[in-house]
Amino acid sequence: MTLGPGTRTFLVFAALVVLGALVFPSSFFYRVGTLVWINTLAVTGMVVLLGYVGLVSLGHAGFFAIGAYATALLPQYGVPSGLAMLAGAAGAALLAALIGRPILKLSGYYLAIATLGLGMLIWMVLSKEAWLTGGPDGMTVTGFSARNLLKSVGITLKTAEAWYWLCGAVATLGAVLAVNLGQSSAGRAFRAIHDSDVAAASLGVDVARAKSAAFVISAVYAAVAGALLALANGYITPDAGGFMHSVELVTMAVLGGAASVYGALVGALILTALPQVLTVFAEYEHMVLGAIMVGTMIAMRRGLVPALAGLLARRRAARRAGRLARRVS
Amino acid sequence: MSLLEVSGLGISFGGLRAVDGVGFTARPGEVTSIIGPNGAGKTTLFNLVSGVYIADAGAVRIAGREVTGLPPHRLARAGMARTFQNLRVFPQMTALENVMTGCHMAERAGLLAGLFGLPGSRAETARSREAAAAALTRTGLGALAGREAAALSYGQLKRLEIARALVTGCSILLLDEPAAGCNAVETREIDDLIHAIAGEGRTVVLIEHDMRLVMRISARILVLDQGRRIAEGAPEEIRENPRVIEAYLGAHGAAEARAAHA
Ligand SMILES: Nc1ncnc2c1ncn2[C@@H]1O[C@H](COP(=O)(O)OP(=O)(O)OP(=O)(O)O)[C@@H](O)[C@H]1O
Ligand SMILES: [Mg+2]
Repeated sequence: MTLGPGTRTFLVFAALVVLGALVFPSSFFYRVGTLVWINTLAVTGMVVLLGYVGLVSLGHAGFFAIGAYATALLPQYGVPSGLAMLAGAAGAALLAALIGRPILKLSGYYLAIATLGLGMLIWMVLSKEAWLTGGPDGMTVTGFSARNLLKSVGITLKTAEAWYWLCGAVATLGAVLAVNLGQSSAGRAFRAIHDSDVAAASLGVDVARAKSAAFVISAVYAAVAGALLALANGYITPDAGGFMHSVELVTMAVLGGAASVYGALVGALILTALPQVLTVFAEYEHMVLGAIMVGTMIAMRRGLVPALAGLLARRRAARRAGRLARRVS
Repeated sequence: MSLLEVSGLGISFGGLRAVDGVGFTARPGEVTSIIGPNGAGKTTLFNLVSGVYIADAGAVRIAGREVTGLPPHRLARAGMARTFQNLRVFPQMTALENVMTGCHMAERAGLLAGLFGLPGSRAETARSREAAAAALTRTGLGALAGREAAALSYGQLKRLEIARALVTGCSILLLDEPAAGCNAVETREIDDLIHAIAGEGRTVVLIEHDMRLVMRISARILVLDQGRRIAEGAPEEIRENPRVIEAYLGAHGAAEARAAHA
């Protein structure tokens, strides 16, 4: 029996979550692992938007911050954290739906600039409205403990471990949903738009609506990731919604390969874990990262995962051809 | 009764009147062809009829209903499908997935059903896969279903676009040079295919430079030159029409037409 793509994704992601837990020697590793899964989740949203539909957003950190700040702020007014997280996701979805219609008519770099403006706007509000958000210093986030949540179902873990498992589980779910989507009617319409919106429309695809849907979905991914980061770190600053973070999300997607959730994972892993390793050579950190980016774009424009998959497929084909040749001779 | 009625369509690009007051009608079960020299405005006329360009004059009706100015996806829902002269396939998808995209209008499952991979969404995808596979077989591409579209030949991609248009369940099919770049055998296959498509009662409008094919297959022919209609009629009439021979066949096509005649 062959496994469906959704099941396969579940198995791969779940296995990697478990693998991490098996090899991590300290809480520090669990914390970095948690960040990797949170970034993977946000980047999976970029896979839907950029990889499936082919739209570039330079403002998704804005949605990330909406999720984060909703989860930070609402509990102060008595809203449970889980509900606050949902409210953040709903708020991001609503904003994406409202703003999406007019700006998604734009294409290429016009769209990039428009989304950049949106992100800046959100970042500015978060930085300036200090009475509410604590301004540039950020704010602490309380009211939810992954450790207690897991304890309530009978699993006792250290705090860092609990967050790792929780975020790994959510990232796995997010990846499975994105893969399911890609195999569905909407996903085929998305990928059709990526290649030719004129042809997609000629087949009855409402291109404007499909783009808007993808924008909303990716905004929800970013918002949930933001909420998880706020909760796991216990504090949040406006930089979560800053331009650099938006660029990071796009970079992770493109580095790994925006067309697949595996690319999202690889991109998030490299750009989250590598800086931690490179802090030893602090001075060279940015140089090394920059060199990796430039190198990838020159040698493997579709990203690491598709390039490696292609290489493996060619190897296998060559080996098969070799075997055949030996048998013939 | 004609299903598709086009009257007085026009559009300008800068100072160029690319299509100027062109009208025609097309009936179910028949092939209506549009011919004319390069740059005559044939493809532009298709783009106007299918809503890719907005006409600045004229009207389009489907079954008597005015559809002028509707966006392409609404026209698709009204039963119109088309292929493209400059291929617009989805190169990153497999041939099968390309054609499955043509099933979009028959698919009902919403976004959430798709995200969660609900049984309804899966069953629907399975149905689309079957319909697409059948369309690929019909267009002679059955063996290439799993191949990435980018790996197909030009002639195969032309047929892939036809398969993709067919699965929409269209009642009107606009074909823009389906036999371009095909060898004699492939052209013969396309000929049979178009014949069969019209035989199902669909309204086929064909743009084609291969005169043998056009003369053999068309019920009516519309001739354009420099954006204007210069003749319209049955193949025999068009072949004899001096204006057509002068404008279009005169230079390089006359011999070919005579050969087809013989
Ligand atoms: N989008 C556009 N912008 C500007 N000019 C255009 C555009 N589309 C078509 N034209 C011009 O309109 C005229 C008609 O072009 P069209 O493609 O319709 O010709 P055609 O009859 O399909 O020719 P061919 O047989 O070569 O395909 C040409 O002069 C072309 O350059
Ligand atoms: Mg043309």
